[in-house]
Amino acid sequence: MLPNFCNWLSNTPLSVKIQTILWIIPAVQTVHILCVAIIMSTMAMLDFRLIGLAGTRQPVSGAVRRWVPWVWGTLPVMLLTGCILIIGEPTRELMNPYFRTKMAMLAIVVVITAFIQLRNRREAYWESRALAAKFAGAFSLLLWVSILTAGRWIAYY
Amino acid sequence: MIIPQFCSWVENTKMAAAIRTSTWMFPTIESIHVLAITIVVGSAAMFDFRLLGIASRDRTVSQVHREVLPWTWAAFACAVVAGFLMFSSDAMKYYQNGPFRWKMFTLLLVGLNAAIFEFGPFRGVSRWDSEKKTPISARLAGGISLVLWVFVVGFGRWIGFTKI
Repeated sequence: MLPNFCNWLSNTPLSVKIQTILWIIPAVQTVHILCVAIIMSTMAMLDFRLIGLAGTRQPVSGAVRRWVPWVWGTLPVMLLTGCILIIGEPTRELMNPYFRTKMAMLAIVVVITAFIQLRNRREAYWESRALAAKFAGAFSLLLWVSILTAGRWIAYY
Repeated sequence: MIIPQFCSWVENTKMAAAIRTSTWMFPTIESIHVLAITIVVGSAAMFDFRLLGIASRDRTVSQVHREVLPWTWAAFACAVVAGFLMFSSDAMKYYQNGPFRWKMFTLLLVGLNAAIFEFGPFRGVSRWDSEKKTPISARLAGGISLVLWVFVVGFGRWIGFTKI
């Protein structure tokens, strides 16, 4: 079913165009990586603050308000560039265990990030739950680093 | 010229041979390199955005400088070490690779731009520290830095499509 879909997709005019114009994939990957740069940096700042390792002059609630919107702003560009890469090389991506693991981890981290942001609306929510904040920060950081690593390993399957 | 000699020496070290022959070492080092670069570029961009008045406008320039640039430097050190390890595995080929040379040249320009800013406009930051609109020289430095980093990432990605 999925292999057939990949086969069909790779024969569509759009996919053929992406495959034959040689600069498209490296250019789209570059934009994709620049988006990863924004997300990794902002999330590292947030997660280290949640864990309590950096930026401690600012309260957690302020850090959440400062950094989380960058993820929601960048994620659509990530998904768009990611989709172009999938359309260009459907089998390489969709049939790849690193890619699938990456998507599963992405789904989890999006839920965690939304949870961190939503709970932050309550007065001093994370400030009064230091241990939960540490756990959320560490889990989020681990997931983002794993997502990036899995993304890089797609090329080595 | 001593660079080709250095390249052939480094790629014949045991370490280079180990990275070259191992199935997992190169992608692992590469993952660390990419992770480091994302922190370098993202954190540098945060400061550049402040110079351009796009983000962190409620903070002083020197505060963002203090907050963010230590991350840039620490991550840059990691990126250089991981990058050098990848380079060593096939030094001569990288040295002769066009996009690799362009990447190194662009990095040189990044450093030059940052040095000019640090020893130039930033010396007088106290006069415009809390301004949302920084002097043209500072905005120029921020804009140039952003553009150069985009090219560093682009050339870096391009290496993977050209190195045989």
